[in-house]
Amino acid sequence: MTSEAPPRPAEEPAQEKAEEKRESFLSVFLHNLWSANTVTVTVLSIVLALLIGAVLMIVSDADVLATFGYLTARPSDALTSSWELVSTAYADLFKGAILDPEAISAWVSGTGTWQQAFTPISETLTYAAPLVFTGLSVALAFRGGLFNIGGQGQAVIGCITAAAAGFALPLPIVVHVIVALLAGLLGGALWGFIPGILKARTGAHEVITTIMLNYTAGLFLTWLILQKGVQNPGRSDAISKPVDSSAELASFGGVLRVNLGIVLAVLTTAAIAWLLNRSVFGFELRAVGANPPAAKTAGISVAKTYTLLMVVAGGLAGLGGATQVLGTAHSLTPAVAGNIGFDGLLVALLGRNRPWGTLFAALLYGALRAGGNRMQSFSGISLELVTVLQALIVIFIAAPALVKTMFHLRAARAARLGASMAKGW
Amino acid sequence: MAGRRLCNRRENPLRLELRGITKRFGDLVANDHIDLTVEPGEVHALLGENGAGKSTLMNQLYGLLQPDEGEILVDGEPKVIRSPRDAIAAGIGMVHQHFMLVPVFTVAENIALGAEETRGGPLGWLDRRRNRRDVIETSERYGLPIDPDALVEDLPVGIQQRVEIVKALTRDVDLLILDEPTAVLTPQETEELLGVMRGLSDSGKSIVFITHKLKEVKAIADRITVIRRGRTIATTTPDTPEDELAALMVGRAVSLEVDKAVADPGRDVLTVSGLVVEDDRGVRAVDGVDFVVRAGEVLGVAGVQGNGQTELVEAIMGLRPVAAGSIRLDNEDLAGMRTKQILRSGVGYVPEDRSVDGVVKEFSVAENLVLDTYDRPPYGNAFRLDPAAIASSARERVEQFDIRTSSPDAAVGTLSGGNQQKVVVAREMSRPLRLFIASQPTRGVDVGSIEFIYGRIVHERSIGTAVLVVSSELDEVVGLADRIAVMYRGKILAVVPPDTPRDQLGLLMAGITSSEDDA
Repeated sequence: MTSEAPPRPAEEPAQEKAEEKRESFLSVFLHNLWSANTVTVTVLSIVLALLIGAVLMIVSDADVLATFGYLTARPSDALTSSWELVSTAYADLFKGAILDPEAISAWVSGTGTWQQAFTPISETLTYAAPLVFTGLSVALAFRGGLFNIGGQGQAVIGCITAAAAGFALPLPIVVHVIVALLAGLLGGALWGFIPGILKARTGAHEVITTIMLNYTAGLFLTWLILQKGVQNPGRSDAISKPVDSSAELASFGGVLRVNLGIVLAVLTTAAIAWLLNRSVFGFELRAVGANPPAAKTAGISVAKTYTLLMVVAGGLAGLGGATQVLGTAHSLTPAVAGNIGFDGLLVALLGRNRPWGTLFAALLYGALRAGGNRMQSFSGISLELVTVLQALIVIFIAAPALVKTMFHLRAARAARLGASMAKGW
Repeated sequence: MAGRRLCNRRENPLRLELRGITKRFGDLVANDHIDLTVEPGEVHALLGENGAGKSTLMNQLYGLLQPDEGEILVDGEPKVIRSPRDAIAAGIGMVHQHFMLVPVFTVAENIALGAEETRGGPLGWLDRRRNRRDVIETSERYGLPIDPDALVEDLPVGIQQRVEIVKALTRDVDLLILDEPTAVLTPQETEELLGVMRGLSDSGKSIVFITHKLKEVKAIADRITVIRRGRTIATTTPDTPEDELAALMVGRAVSLEVDKAVADPGRDVLTVSGLVVEDDRGVRAVDGVDFVVRAGEVLGVAGVQGNGQTELVEAIMGLRPVAAGSIRLDNEDLAGMRTKQILRSGVGYVPEDRSVDGVVKEFSVAENLVLDTYDRPPYGNAFRLDPAAIASSARERVEQFDIRTSSPDAAVGTLSGGNQQKVVVAREMSRPLRLFIASQPTRGVDVGSIEFIYGRIVHERSIGTAVLVVSSELDEVVGLADRIAVMYRGKILAVVPPDTPRDQLGLLMAGITSSEDDA
C-alpha cells in the first residue's frame, strides 16, 4: 500500500467547488472579496489607483488642460506640463509621508532641526496607529467568520471611556495612562460584546447589529460632550475637558506628534499574530470561521467563540479609539474618532486579514493621509484626492476580476507581470 | 422557440468517440491520452477511484473544460465543445453528482431554466403552461414520474436526481453522462435508478455511467472502461469478476471482504433506552429507541437514510438535544453533556458528512488531526498550542494511517475524499476510546481506503472498544457488524445476526416485520 506514489487529486478542484455548501449571498461575496485579494492584486491596485489619480489631477488642472488644446501642434507642452504636475504632486505626497530631502539637508547643514527632518514619518505613524487597532479588529473578527462593521462604534466608545478615565480619575503618572488605555479597551469590548452575545444567543446578524450600534455610539458621544462635568467649562462649543497630561500617551512634543500609540500598535499586532496562530482561542476561532459545523462536531462551542471573538475585536477597536484620544486629540469632540472604524475595514481588506499585513496597510493609509496634507498645501491638490486614491485602491481590490482582465492576468504569470508593472513606474 | 427542442432531433442514436484526450493541470496529467468509444444505446461504465480522472474527462466532454490534446467525435464528426450549450446542441447531457437545481423553484421551473419557452421573443412572457406540459410529456415518455409543481427543496434526493435526468432529456440529448449518480442514493433509490437507466438505453439513449461501485457496474453496464491515474487501463465486459475489476481500478489486489475473528463481547458500554430525539422541524426522528453496544463488538445500524439514524448519532454526541430517554456510557449519563465532554470521556466519532462536519478544509492535515484534542496535552493547554508536538504527531499519523498527502501542512481540501476520511479516522482513533461511532464511514471513499478503514474499525473492536457503525450501505453493515439493528421511521424494528438473509434485511429496512400483527 505504502509503495504507491502519492495520490493525484485531479478531480478534486471541480468537486470541491460544487461541494461548497449553500451560504448567504453576503457571506459568499465577502469570502470571495477577501480570498481574491492576493499580494499581486494589492500591488496592482495601488499602482492603478496612482495612475488614475494622475489622470484626475491632469483633467482637474485648467492650465495643464489648456496645453492639451494644441496637443497635435506641440505635444511636448502637454506632456511636460502633465508630467510636472503629476510628479510634483506625488513627490509632495512622498515628502509629506516618508522624508523630505530638503529638511534632511537643512538638518545636516544646521539650518533646520532634526525634528523637522522626522516630521513626515512622525505624521504617517500618528495617522497609522489607530488604524492598526481598528484594522486588526476587523481582520480578527473576519478570520472567525464575523464581519465586524462596528469598529467605528467600538472606537467611539473606546474614545469616551479612555477620555473619561483620562480627565476624571486623579491617578499618578504611568498608572493613569495604563488605566485610561484599559478603560478604552473595556469600553470597546463591551460594545463588541453586545452584537456578539446577540449573534450567539439569537443568531442576529452582526452586520445589522454593529451598524446600529455605530449610530448609537456616535449619538451618545454627541450628547455626552455637552453634559455638565464633561464639557470643557471654558468653551461653549462641543468639546470635552482635556485628559490630564498624566493620561496622555508620551510623545516627542513640538512638531513630532508621534506617540507611544504606534509602539503599542506594533506590540498588539505581534500579540494578535500569536493569538491567531499559536493560541487555543485562535485555533478555535479559525476553525469556527472556516467551518462552523465541523468546529461544533469537534466539541468547540461556536456560540462562545462568537461572543468572545466580538469582545476581543471590540476591545481592539476600543484601544484604537483610546490611542486617538490619548495620543493626539486629547479631548472629546463629536468627530474625535474621525473615520478610523470604517477605515479599519479597508485596512483589513488591504492587509488580507493577516495581522502584519494589516499593520502595513495601516501604515500605507497613514502615509497617504500625511502625504496628502503636504500635497494639498504645496501642490494645491485637494486632500480629497487622497480619499479618491484610497477609494480606488479598495475598488480595484474589490473588483479583482476587473484588475485581472485589465492586465490579462493568468495565475502563473501574476508574479512576473506584477514585477514588471512595478518597474515601469 | 419551439424549434430549439426539435432542431437537433436525430434519426439514429448517437455514437461517441474520444481519441487521445489529454488534460494537464500544471504538472499534473489528469487525463493521459484517453480513448473511449460509446456505442449507440449502450450503458458504458467509467470505473475508477476518486481522483482517477473520470470527472475531468467528462467535464471536457460536457464543455466545462477544454482538452489540451485529442479530439471528440460525435457520429464520426470531430466536434469542438466549448460550453455545456455546445454539448447539449451536440446531443450530450450531463447529470452532476451535486445537483444544479434551484431549491426554491418548482420542478417545472427548474427544468425550464436555461431553455425557457417564451411568448413574444426572448424578452417575452414565460410560457409556463407550455414548460409544464413539456415536463409532463417527457416524464411520461420515459416513465419517470415527477410532480411538475413540487418545490425542489421539498423533494427527496432520489427525486431531485430524477428532475436532473428529465431536465437533460427535455433538452433532447441522446447521450447522458451520469456522474456518480448513486453516491447520494439509498439502496432502493439506486435500484430504481438502475431500472431507469436500463429503460433509457432500451429507448436508444447512450449512457456514460461514472462510478466506483463495482456491484452497480456489474448490474447495469454493457461495457466497462477502467481508468487509473488518468489512463485507460482496460475496456472490459461485466462478466469480469469483481475482484478483478477492483484490482484493475486500484492497481493491485484488494480484499473487499471484511476479515475478522468471532466477536468476544464484554460489558455493556453504551446503553440507550427510551431515546426520543426531534429533528430540526420538531418532528420525532428517533422515537423510543433501546439498544446496547458491548465492548469488543460492532453493532451495525442498517436502514434507508432518513429514518432517524443521523439524529440518533447526533444525540449520542451531544450535537442534538435529547427529548426523552437516557444514553449511558458505562455509568455516566451522556444526555445533557456537551460534545466536548462526550469526546473527552472516550468516545470517537466519524460524522456522516465529512466535508461539512468532519474536516475543516482550509486547515492543514496536522491541524485537522488535532481538531478535537488541540487544547489537551501534549498538543497544548487551555491557552496555547504546541506546534512542535502537533507537527510530530501529524507525521506519525500520516505514516500510521497511510494518509496520502504532499505534506502534513497541506490543506485537507487538497486531499482525495478517501484520504480526508482517513484523517478523520486517524484523529478519532488516536486517543483511548471506550466507544467508537462511525456514520457512513466509507461514503465517497475509494476502494483502497475502504479496505484500510474497515481494517482499522475491526482493529478497534479487537482491542475491546465498543463500535457503532451506521450505514445505508447494506454490504458494509453486514460485513462489519456482529449484530445488526434495523432502523425504520425512528424505531429499531429488530436486532438480527449478520447472517440473516438479505431479502429479510431488505424487508425490515422497508418497515416490514415478519410478524405483521405486533405492529
